[in-house]
Amino acid sequence: MNILSLFVLIPVLTIIGIILSRSHNMVRWVALAGMFAQLVTAVVLLFAYFAVRNAGNTDAMVFYQDVEWFKTLNIHYCIGVDGISVAMIMLTGIVVITGILASWEVTYLQKEFFISLILLATGVFGFFISIDLFTMFLFYEVAVIPMYLLIGIWGTGPKEYSAMKLTLMLMGGSALLMVGLLGLYFNSSLDGHYTFNLLEIAKVHIPTNLQMFFFPFLFLGFGVLGALFPFHTWSPDGHASAPTAVSMLHAGVLMKLGGYGCFRVAMYLLPEAAHELGWIFIILTTISVVYGAFGAIWQKDLKYINAYSSVSHCGLVIWGLLMMNKTAMDGAILQMISHGLMTALFFALIGMIYGRTHTRMVDKMGGLMKVIPFLSVVYVIAGLASLGLPGLSGFVAEMTVFVGAFQNPDLFHRVATIIVVSSIVVTAVYILRVVGMLLFGPIKNDEYLSLKDAKWFEKLSVGTLVVAVAGVGIAPLWLSNTIMDSLTPIVERLSQVW
Amino acid sequence: MTNYAYTIWIPLIPVFMFLFLGLFGMKMKGSLAGILGTLGLLTITVLSYFTAYLYFFKTGEPEGGFQAITAFNTEWLAFTDTLRIHLGVLLDPISVMMLVVITTVSLMVHIYSIGYMKGEQGFQRFFAFLSLFTFSMLGLVVATNIFQMYIFWELVGVSSFLLIGFYYQKPSAVSASKKAFIVTRFADFGFLVGILIVSYFTGTFDFDKLTSGDGNIFQSISAASFMGVSAITWALLLIFMGGAGKSALFPFHIWLPDAMEGPTPVSALIHAATMVVAGVYLVARMFVVFHFQAPGALEVVGYVGAFTSLFAAVIACTQFDIKRILAFSTLSQIGYMILALGVSEYGDEAGVGYMAAMFHLFTHAMFKALLFLGAGSIIHAVHNNDLRNMGNLRKYMPITFITFAIAWLAICGIPPFAGFWSKDEILVAAFEKNKLIFFSSVFVAGLTAFYMSRLFFSVFFGKKQHYHHEPHESPLVMTFPLMFLALASIVAGFVPFHDLITSDGKSFETHLNYSIAIPSVAIALIGMFIAFLLYYKESKVPDKISKSLGIFYTATLNKFYFDEIYLFVTKKILFNLVSQPVAWFDRHVIDGFMNSIAWAIQKTSFKMRDLQSGQVQQYAFVFVSGAIILVLCFAYWLN
Repeated sequence: MNILSLFVLIPVLTIIGIILSRSHNMVRWVALAGMFAQLVTAVVLLFAYFAVRNAGNTDAMVFYQDVEWFKTLNIHYCIGVDGISVAMIMLTGIVVITGILASWEVTYLQKEFFISLILLATGVFGFFISIDLFTMFLFYEVAVIPMYLLIGIWGTGPKEYSAMKLTLMLMGGSALLMVGLLGLYFNSSLDGHYTFNLLEIAKVHIPTNLQMFFFPFLFLGFGVLGALFPFHTWSPDGHASAPTAVSMLHAGVLMKLGGYGCFRVAMYLLPEAAHELGWIFIILTTISVVYGAFGAIWQKDLKYINAYSSVSHCGLVIWGLLMMNKTAMDGAILQMISHGLMTALFFALIGMIYGRTHTRMVDKMGGLMKVIPFLSVVYVIAGLASLGLPGLSGFVAEMTVFVGAFQNPDLFHRVATIIVVSSIVVTAVYILRVVGMLLFGPIKNDEYLSLKDAKWFEKLSVGTLVVAVAGVGIAPLWLSNTIMDSLTPIVERLSQVW
Repeated sequence: MTNYAYTIWIPLIPVFMFLFLGLFGMKMKGSLAGILGTLGLLTITVLSYFTAYLYFFKTGEPEGGFQAITAFNTEWLAFTDTLRIHLGVLLDPISVMMLVVITTVSLMVHIYSIGYMKGEQGFQRFFAFLSLFTFSMLGLVVATNIFQMYIFWELVGVSSFLLIGFYYQKPSAVSASKKAFIVTRFADFGFLVGILIVSYFTGTFDFDKLTSGDGNIFQSISAASFMGVSAITWALLLIFMGGAGKSALFPFHIWLPDAMEGPTPVSALIHAATMVVAGVYLVARMFVVFHFQAPGALEVVGYVGAFTSLFAAVIACTQFDIKRILAFSTLSQIGYMILALGVSEYGDEAGVGYMAAMFHLFTHAMFKALLFLGAGSIIHAVHNNDLRNMGNLRKYMPITFITFAIAWLAICGIPPFAGFWSKDEILVAAFEKNKLIFFSSVFVAGLTAFYMSRLFFSVFFGKKQHYHHEPHESPLVMTFPLMFLALASIVAGFVPFHDLITSDGKSFETHLNYSIAIPSVAIALIGMFIAFLLYYKESKVPDKISKSLGIFYTATLNKFYFDEIYLFVTKKILFNLVSQPVAWFDRHVIDGFMNSIAWAIQKTSFKMRDLQSGQVQQYAFVFVSGAIILVLCFAYWLN
């Protein structure tokens, strides 16, 4: 069997295992074991991928498998990966397992919680291995739906409102996406043999006017999930209400589906439209980057701060993609990975701090460094990663995007680049403001004096993420080169003159 | 050719020490952590001295001039085929000199801190951060390319942030650390854009290509222009902006005085001797480019330096906090170094400014570190920072007194102490190129002598104070570094810089220019004498003078209100006029729009729901009325 199918099979088996589990303790151990197996498979895949590449395989997608699924519409279960998907699968594997650890002490409807969480993860894994656009869309929906339950049932604050808002906005995005996908499908062949296969569609030249018509549907559809301005408002409310692990998964990997779809589907298949219409989205994402950062300065709720920060950082992902050269796109994908890891870290920490202080308002807390040093130090590290400190992942990603973007010689791109670069200052402001208020200074509330520092599963959860963030930051070359190689077909198609 | 590959261990040992102390420090005794950190530092100090010896005296000048040697280089990240970031070790006269300066001062600070920080909470953390800083600073000076420099530039910034905010429960320390980081980050934004411009046009980050003197790679960047100024000038000005931020040059000077909230050994290491001269080092590193490609930018550098040195010296005359006086003095002295680079030419004797800047950097590191450590010893004894609460301390602290006196004479420029020799070269360079800068610098020399003497007399002479605890001399672990640096402040002036560190790597002859040296020493002596009259004994005259100066005095005392201006821009404009409206706009306009769509759909659906009421009478009514309307319509159309 193809190794990739394991990424769908293991979560399904895990879910069955959870259903059969009898005790509270057993449920979480089964979940952990399942996701650990998933992570191990991801690591195996990574090495297998390198082995295949080193053996001289230069196919766009390796571990390719194609099974006909629904003959009438020519829908296939078609899977395969390149370096980018492998990297995203690694990211998902790490974030999911840390998310399970962060939910170690969930008690309310515990079984259902873990089932939904793993179902969500299944959708994400499935999305990244899909080559058939219909399968991809299916997995996308599998990932979005459990989100509604997870926020609506296990959330905090105005959870019904947030869950509804998030789901409706993402569904709105899906609706646009469906239109775009059908547009691709019905133009995928000249002789009436329509296909959803990404690689097949890429061989066809879709007429420019049709490209121009369908590109906005696809790009916006994925863009909504990537928190594209002005369709980002689900993110602050959604994250604020979501339970810890859901915020981690959502900001860490689900939002990446948006960016991934933007280049894998929209830009790859509709390259001319991407060139013609790119400027509109460059303006929108430039706004996202700066606006999100300024929005974060004013917030007082830790989750809102991080949600706005995500708007800014995810804006940089799509912005980097739209710079349409190898370096900038490489940076954008590095930024996906980097943001995925550090935002998961942030949300994990926020959940752990909230679990202790029962508030997320920065102005109500203070001096936590003194009482919970482990979590506080990790928070500082996460903050430094977020503001782009060299040696941590954020720096690598940002610099690659900036250098790549600056290779575009025209004034429009230059101005956009300089505006976006200026966000490094604003980011420093809101990160240091939070760190200063939350962790430093005198302890504001005497009740906090008796707080306990991280437990083993919390340490394991955030420790894994810190190692990953530092690993990417210290030795980025292999990752960057892997991504660059896989970008070649996409960049070639983008720069092709029809 | 000597193999210098071992030099990679000079930055690596401190980073391993940082990781070790950071991860396991809390499990060991504080003193053990201190000793381990110091031993690590001692090792790299020995290595650095050995390297300096090999480089300057063994490898020597094979073909008339010191060559840059890339001792180690490894690829770290590839952007494009040509733009690749390497991490490596570049040895040339200035980087080797910096290795010596950094390791010497850092070692002294490590030893001193074992005594000074004794019993502090987070003793291990302190040594871990010191190691982190030392690593970052060493990585910065040995950078083989400008991007590596930027990487370590950010790392020294964060080490500085962590150390300024070491007493993290003290709100003033927290806000000072934040301020330092954000102000320098803003400047780094310029630095980064400058790097982007240079790398785009020249296709390289590497210093050996950029500073090879080969003008070809600059053809396209010199041809491009923006607003009438060539792109290379813009780029270098932006890069200099980064340097100005780190070196706290006007108008980015505001963070340095506040940075004195950090522990005093940190002020000595980071905010006097090493990190704050990174801007000087950056300009020196890029000097060839500045000089040949953008002389206009170099002129700006000169004026910024001259203005900063004057501006800071004036403020230093009115301050009362002993560390802040030293901080303003640092600003002023860095201004000296920068202006020396700004007035320098390239090659031989015309390049005296370049040599003088490096020379002053070297001597200043020694005597300023000594001044700070001495101040730390004083603060340690009297538990206070304020000059007005000190006096007559020479009786209690003889070693501190004598060593401080040596540093005082060195900074005032009295021969034969170190500062005299380097300052003299700066004045010579300024005299050759720009008379305005020259006269300003001579005046600053007088001011320096005045405010340093004011400090010196107020602390060690002046009125007799009643101290809560009898002040006592610091232990040997603290006085040893003082004595060592005092010795360095004497001999540093005799290092033959004109043979070792010159703009083109070739040695040239210098001799004392009496027509400049004699007046400058005379002016320094006048400054010292005025301070002697005013502060040697307790007197009311200084107060009267300051009152008579009125507004000018108040403005100077308040540092010309620059902190208030910055606060206004950040708090009032960025926070209240940008950030708050953005947050409001997002909640009410954008989200409001989304919510109103939802609201409209909901309302419509509620209305439509009324149609399915389940009441047969209503259905019958609708059915019948519909039928009637249809009949009427048909009747109308048929007619």
